[in-house]
Amino acid sequence: MAVTTAQSGRAATVKSGISAAVADALIAAVIAMLLALPILTYKSVEQQTSLEVVSRWPWVLVGVAAVFIGRLALNLIWPRLGGASDGLARLGTVLARLFERVGGWRTAIGALLGLTLAASSAGWLATSRWLDLLLIVPLVIGVWRRSPAWLFLGLALFFPFAPGATRYYVENFGILVLIYVMLGWGLNVVVGLAGLLDLGYVAFYAVGAYAYALLAQHFGLSFWICLPLAGILAAFWGVILGFPVLRLRGDYLAIVTLAFGEIIRIVLINWQSLTGGPNGISGIPRPTLFGLEFKAEGGFADYFGLEHTSLHRIIFLYYIILAMALATNWATIRLRRLPVGRAWEALREDEIACRSLGINITNTKLTAFSIGAMFGGFAGAFFATKQGFISPESFTFWESAIILAIVVLGGMGSQVGVAVAALVMIGGTELFRDLEIYRMLVFGAAMVAVMVWRPRGVVSGRVPTIALGATRRIGSDLVKEGHG
Amino acid sequence: MEYFVQQLINGVTLGSIYGLIAIGYTMVYGIIGMINFAHGDVFMVGSFTALLLFLLIGLTAASPLIVIVLAIVGVLIVAMALTAVWGWTIERLAYRPLRGSFRLAPLITAIGMSIVLSNMVQIAQGARVKNLPPDIKDRLSGGFQVMESNGFAAVVSYRQLIIVGVTIALMALFTWIITSTPLGRAQRACEQDRTMAALTGVDVDRTISLTFVIGAALAAVAGVMFLVYYGAIDFYIGFVAGIKAFTAAVLGGIGSLPGAMLGGLLIGLIEVFWAGYVGSEYKDVAAFSLLAIVLIFRPEGLLGRPEIEKV
Amino acid sequence: MTTADPGPVLEVEALGMRFGGLVAVDDLTFSAQRGEITALIGPNGAGKTTVFNCITGFYRPTSGQIQARHADGATYPLHAMPGHRICEEANVARTFQNIRLFAGMSLLENLLVAQHNKLMRASGYTIGGLLGLPSYARAERVAVDLAKHWLQRVGLLHRADDAAGDLPYGDQRRLEIARAMCTGPVLLCLDEPAAGLNPRESRELNRLLVSMRGENGLSIVLIEHDMGVVMEISDRIVVLDYGRKIAEGTPSEIRTNPAVIAAYLGVEDEEVEQVEQEIRR
Repeated sequence: MAVTTAQSGRAATVKSGISAAVADALIAAVIAMLLALPILTYKSVEQQTSLEVVSRWPWVLVGVAAVFIGRLALNLIWPRLGGASDGLARLGTVLARLFERVGGWRTAIGALLGLTLAASSAGWLATSRWLDLLLIVPLVIGVWRRSPAWLFLGLALFFPFAPGATRYYVENFGILVLIYVMLGWGLNVVVGLAGLLDLGYVAFYAVGAYAYALLAQHFGLSFWICLPLAGILAAFWGVILGFPVLRLRGDYLAIVTLAFGEIIRIVLINWQSLTGGPNGISGIPRPTLFGLEFKAEGGFADYFGLEHTSLHRIIFLYYIILAMALATNWATIRLRRLPVGRAWEALREDEIACRSLGINITNTKLTAFSIGAMFGGFAGAFFATKQGFISPESFTFWESAIILAIVVLGGMGSQVGVAVAALVMIGGTELFRDLEIYRMLVFGAAMVAVMVWRPRGVVSGRVPTIALGATRRIGSDLVKEGHG
Repeated sequence: MEYFVQQLINGVTLGSIYGLIAIGYTMVYGIIGMINFAHGDVFMVGSFTALLLFLLIGLTAASPLIVIVLAIVGVLIVAMALTAVWGWTIERLAYRPLRGSFRLAPLITAIGMSIVLSNMVQIAQGARVKNLPPDIKDRLSGGFQVMESNGFAAVVSYRQLIIVGVTIALMALFTWIITSTPLGRAQRACEQDRTMAALTGVDVDRTISLTFVIGAALAAVAGVMFLVYYGAIDFYIGFVAGIKAFTAAVLGGIGSLPGAMLGGLLIGLIEVFWAGYVGSEYKDVAAFSLLAIVLIFRPEGLLGRPEIEKV
Repeated sequence: MTTADPGPVLEVEALGMRFGGLVAVDDLTFSAQRGEITALIGPNGAGKTTVFNCITGFYRPTSGQIQARHADGATYPLHAMPGHRICEEANVARTFQNIRLFAGMSLLENLLVAQHNKLMRASGYTIGGLLGLPSYARAERVAVDLAKHWLQRVGLLHRADDAAGDLPYGDQRRLEIARAMCTGPVLLCLDEPAAGLNPRESRELNRLLVSMRGENGLSIVLIEHDMGVVMEISDRIVVLDYGRKIAEGTPSEIRTNPAVIAAYLGVEDEEVEQVEQEIRR
């Protein structure tokens, strides 16, 4: 008797569970329906004299049905996944332990090195055996130093010669991703280390780009002379803009930096006599390799006795931005270990305590702001020389937003995280360029999803800059994000 | 003088629209301390909703004025309701899971949501500028002449009257809601201390959701006004108006309702006057510079409460 | 080396601090002698922390003067100096009532940040350090040694590489003192250093403070509610109530001062008003 009651009770809960799930899914479907009304159910189409509306009900109904079924499936399956996700987590720890026991990164990179050597001897890699060394040497160092960073470096060095890396991919995937890696690392100094929310970072990118374009146009200076000048100019602007506003806190700083970004863009559009207005500046000279130009006759190809292709110039540009990004990384890592870098992080942790320890807050914020700006300026000069043409359209607020998203999604203050985020976000959207308009939709949705999944970014926590014993990672729950 | 009065009228109208959007920013900031970057795009969604509703109603040039007025009121109410659903959904999906975590995370999801909304509308409705059907536009033109001399007349159009009138009415309504209803009390309690509010029986989730719903509904009103006033919209208006309205909210002192309205009016006025007397190229620079200057001398905004530094 | 006594390390003269209509500190005059521990006591809301905030530059006093004097006779007008220079030039360091450590940084990093100005100069304002000059590496080694010394003194050397936010409460209080000491202060201002400590930790703190007193001419001013601590280690006590000084003297003088006993000692905070009312009657 008791047993039957228990059984029927369970059956009842299961039943009520199902009906609750159905009810919840129905609510979700109704909300989806309301959201779609009328903005998705009707499309306004321009006719000769006026707008006409075209119905799209079938599509919307399919979408609403999908929401219903999806939500229902989620409701029914999710509670049963509790055990499964525990099991997954346990599997994860077991795998991680196994990984350490087998030898960790050293073994993993060693195995990759073996594969690479085999592929190289079979002639599957680059066209020349010598070029394979670009990948092999960093892998060897990686095995020796047990660091996966060398693996990434090797891949980055080898990328232009990898099988299947066409001119299109090197230019639109490789170079573009590296520009954003560099911008991300530059902004990381401001947002990740010093905890200053800067929504107008693109202004310094623009200053760098226009500085090079104008200096080259009016004074005929070469890229290599203008590069440091562009950085210095951007840093100078960082100081000028930063000085009045850095005593503002948090979101006030954010809106003022955003405003400055917009002001600079509007000035670029309207100061036609200097900047060419919305038409921009074209014919920006390309960089040279110790005076060698990349042209059909008497240039790089002739000098080295190679057949001229436009790929040479692209690969050269690729290595320039790789070197610039690596220099940014090197400088940032180095700065973190200097008093100024520690002061930045301390400022992010507690501004009042910093003041009580005799740290000049304004100056410290200004250095972070201007050094971040300088990296942005360098990247801007590169962007100008890579494109050969710049216009204010390249420097909208969305650029700032995307760079900030890279920094936050990657994990504030983490160099590796920022690089990974740039690769996934920029590389991902470039790979899906065929999807045209949908890719930005997916891009935005992915930003939301990743943030909800990992609010502290992909690589969270921080590594102390100095240690008496072994360095231990500090959990992200302790690390503050700053408020100014 | 007539020119000045005309600019004043235009500035107040534009400022009313900014003010209505700014209230959404300021309420959300007040209650959960985040910049709701998607709010400008919610305004844009509201505007498109209104446009489609107008098209669906299918007014003709022959419709009597009373039908047109009723149509506008109806569209306003439906657009407010539907846009409010968007506000609620955005909060539920993108902000609630991150409440109480890291401050920058909701900022990034807000930017993500903004990208999603503007691209969604771009895909669904196309990238071209959409014009309000001339039937409706023509029926709404006309207005009162305020003063006239030397052949130049300052005119208050019916549309401007509607916009300013609706704004004043809504301001009064929401001031009443915030100061004298249980919802307003719950909101103010959540602003002060969310944990404590929850302990004393305030349903925090519901209060925050309602804040987003109200903000989105007001943005929809602004969207309808914008559509009726300018007669042309595209998917990009959300960004431009959003930034201006946010600037207005900060200028007035973010978190303060009268501040948002004052900031909106100031931004609207400076934009219109700058465009009228100096030139329209740098009107946005003027608005942003005003913001920077005010914040440098009064970091909490015009009507904001100063943040007392606790040591 | 017995040169003429340069005078008290800290002189507060007619200090007044008003917030709008609220008078937090009113016409307060006292001084702290060199090499001594001076305690600032008083009921909650008496204005003690406000006095500290005026001394360390977080508030600008509405009226009055605050002067720090080094052993070499140099004087510093603290009421008119920007906050960060008070620590750097006048060598006045402080701790906070609600501990303000850099929670996400390791203990060692916390103590290195405290030596910022010194290290900044050694790193050639970053440029030399960026180039990897050996002089900076040397300076950093010296700084690490000083940090290790203070970690040892407060008994936290074994946790040098842990995050400061991971420490238990009592350890955080001691770390904050160590951090303030790494700035090389002449005057150390402690805001309720014993708050929240258990009796054992409180005794350890007493021992630490007594051992630090007079070391390299260090003077200490502290705010404390724990009368056990105050009576045991202070050389002089200043009693505040409603922003005014109601008594000053040695612990034994304060112990027998009837006004203080009535207003404060041996009476719970809640009962203070009651006692005062009784006295007035």
